[in-house]
Amino acid sequence: MTATIPDPSSPVFDRLEQLLPRVQKPVQYVGGEVNAQVSEWGSADVRWALMYPDAYEVGLPNQGLQILYEVLNEQEGTLAERTYAIWPDLAALMRENGVPQFTLESHRPVVAFDVLGVSFSTELGYTNMLEALDLAGIPLHSVDRTEQHPVVVAGGHAAFNPEPISDFIDVAVAGDGETVVLAISEAVRAWKNGGRPGGRDGLLLSLAALDHVYVPRFYDVEYLPDGRIRRVVPSRPDVPWRVAKSTLTDLDAWPYPRTPLVPIAETVHERASVEIFRGCTRGCRFCQAGMITRPVRERSITGIGEMVQAAVAATGFEEVGLLSLSSADHSEIREVAKGLADRYEGTNTSLSLPSTRVDAFNVDLANELSRNGRRSGLTFAPEGGSERIRAVINKMVTEEDLVRTVATAYAAGWRQVKLYFMCGLPTETDEDVLQIARLAREVIRVGREVSGSRDIRCTVSIGGFVPKPHTPFQWAAQLGHEETDARLALLRDEIRADRQFGKAIGVRYHDGKPGIVEGLLSRGDRRVGRVIEQAWRDGARFDGWSEHFSFDRWMGAAERGLEGTGVDVAWYTTRERQHDEVLPWDHIDAGLDKEWLWQDWQDALDGVEVDDCRWTPCFDCGVCDQMGTAIDVGPTGRVLIPLEPISPAPLLTTQA
Amino acid sequence: MARSPGREIVPPVQKLRMRYAKRGRMRFASHRDCARSFERALRRVGVPMAFSAGFHPHPKISYANAVPTGTSSEAEYLEIGVLQECDPQALQAALNATLPDGMEIMDVVVTRTSDLATRLEAGEWRLELPGIEPDVARAAAQAFLAVDEVEVQRMTKGGLRRFDARGPVVELAECSGEGDPEGCAILRLVVRHGTPSVRPDDILAALAAVADLAPPIPPRITRLAQGPLDENARTVQDPLLPDRVEPTVGA
Repeated sequence: MTATIPDPSSPVFDRLEQLLPRVQKPVQYVGGEVNAQVSEWGSADVRWALMYPDAYEVGLPNQGLQILYEVLNEQEGTLAERTYAIWPDLAALMRENGVPQFTLESHRPVVAFDVLGVSFSTELGYTNMLEALDLAGIPLHSVDRTEQHPVVVAGGHAAFNPEPISDFIDVAVAGDGETVVLAISEAVRAWKNGGRPGGRDGLLLSLAALDHVYVPRFYDVEYLPDGRIRRVVPSRPDVPWRVAKSTLTDLDAWPYPRTPLVPIAETVHERASVEIFRGCTRGCRFCQAGMITRPVRERSITGIGEMVQAAVAATGFEEVGLLSLSSADHSEIREVAKGLADRYEGTNTSLSLPSTRVDAFNVDLANELSRNGRRSGLTFAPEGGSERIRAVINKMVTEEDLVRTVATAYAAGWRQVKLYFMCGLPTETDEDVLQIARLAREVIRVGREVSGSRDIRCTVSIGGFVPKPHTPFQWAAQLGHEETDARLALLRDEIRADRQFGKAIGVRYHDGKPGIVEGLLSRGDRRVGRVIEQAWRDGARFDGWSEHFSFDRWMGAAERGLEGTGVDVAWYTTRERQHDEVLPWDHIDAGLDKEWLWQDWQDALDGVEVDDCRWTPCFDCGVCDQMGTAIDVGPTGRVLIPLEPISPAPLLTTQA
Repeated sequence: MARSPGREIVPPVQKLRMRYAKRGRMRFASHRDCARSFERALRRVGVPMAFSAGFHPHPKISYANAVPTGTSSEAEYLEIGVLQECDPQALQAALNATLPDGMEIMDVVVTRTSDLATRLEAGEWRLELPGIEPDVARAAAQAFLAVDEVEVQRMTKGGLRRFDARGPVVELAECSGEGDPEGCAILRLVVRHGTPSVRPDDILAALAAVADLAPPIPPRITRLAQGPLDENARTVQDPLLPDRVEPTVGA
């Protein structure tokens, strides 16, 4: 008699299916989406499980994951499947019944894959990664894993400071992932086909030799007696001192996703998205995305047109979003908007532009894009309430601009305008935040005047500012949560007390506590890993969801996790850093010259603004020199020719 | 601008009724999930849909009597309005080529009558009960049929409701046969629609009440048919039958 060893890659759907009738929204776990790619397991020798560490409804629309999914699946011999964070109701049943974390395509255990790639848009997904590792049966700590376990790779914006999760990941990738995932695949393939030389360490060493790939375990961190970092040193020869980010060039050559996923479950963005450019040099000092994705690289107007057309045909979505960090800044946005609006006139396909820049041009664009389909409200992000604070953050917009822009929108018939602000910005006082109320009142006053209607609304939405690595504000003290809450309460009371306009102004804000945890994770170092693990052990999951987030749990975990280190949560969050401090992420190279960042920080404190290098001479942020890249913008001068009218397939109609 | 949709409303030139199946993994999709999947399939195929009026125009689709999430069905019904006449068979083939696995259009007819909803008089269901021996289920069904009334309760949109699950039941019989898996009872249920409609989970609650029937594994439930009830045969007829009759020329 021979005992049969169960194949660890066997699908678990049959067992999962028994559990699904007992959980909320079971459809999110079954896969089967239109445009999902299911490859034969045996057809590939390198297999990726790609995870977005949040609920399916948030994770599915994520563009980064969808891009890598297609890029990997196009490769001969490589397959990629997806997995998302599992809600606690199902996770409990899975543990009870021995069902491991699975992928949605073949419902195979994640542990059977070669690589688990996790894309972090936000630090609040860290505990969800730990939960997934645990459900998958993968040891939480990199050092405890064997050749049988997948290589755990972190990417996305939060991976620009991978130190807090460095115990749990094997590898972090800095920057654009498209080419790096292919290089990782090749290294994994070579290692597997070569008889796994050097075991798991051998594989990690070969990955550490790749550009843009950081393997935390090959670096030692030394600390000063006061708790600051003394230095970060490679512990092996051939491991670079600094790991530079990857920068994709020629977006037109990378028209992904070609066939966006169409979820069956409802998700947060029910639309196809087309990335019209990557990077931003507006220079907003709080904005990590803008700093780490330089320089600007545009997709051409014709490239955009082709992607929109392909996405609509492949998905049947009614809406296409033209994505970027500041879409109105595309060099040919007017032509793009008009060309697309003409193409899709009368087809019930609507186009949307996340409109954040505050100028009248943006309203024109919104008018153009909304002529075909549904119209939602308009959103602008002045970010700071007073002109002074806007100079500090380098969001160059005057109050006059703002009021005029919003008035233009109301005059054009828009009834609902949303304004985004931040609270807790460096040098901010109560007065700066109270200016938001004055602005909102002025917006409504002028709005009523120009629209001749009292039926207009303005929603003020405020988030707490969290200083991020690789920005000029990386040295800044974060505002404590009590102070944040007090400032927001002042603003709320000020608006509520206004009898003339208060009823037309909505205020949406979040309390300051989650921002402190985000701040701890954003600017944390390796010592914060123990806090994350403790928080997860204490039940932290889905920290981006207010109904699951517990500040007290995190503070308790921090107390235990940081015991004996001499540093605490305040040290990581509300402490201002000095010029000479070694920052935990200094060895991850986003291309930005640290001295330039420091100068920009000093300029911020002085209220000195800096221009956009697309239209003014280079101001030496360092990225293009360091990375060998260049600004890549139009205009191309090309036009979108009208499409053949989108008519029903001839076989359908019995008569013309 | 935002306040002036200003579109002219073009009435549909044709309506088509469809029976579709929702099975396998798609049974976990809610009705709204299925509706979105169907609407996107219509757009991918390029069906010339008629749209509703108003600020948020919607394609003209009406759905009848959706099964609860988690339940399979071979007999869901919907109707669409189109701006150009479509060939039912071509439409069926085109949609089936693009719908997610587990959603399948089983039948398409041109609408020629007005009262589909009222013809969906009764439903026929199949309840697979893994872990329950056929004899046990047969005895439970007989116990259920032997009484005049079995009160059950269910959370509805209007709150917790108590109602009789026995009255509308026309047929409840164990029907597993050769070739079916061992130790898995299969019940066939025919039930009249009403308000609230008695559903298979109500029947399972009733069987638990009258015979302590407690499936150890979640049962698999499939709606097999909806339509006019044939009282004598205790079967459900095809509700699209009247639409299949070609109008007589000159009538």
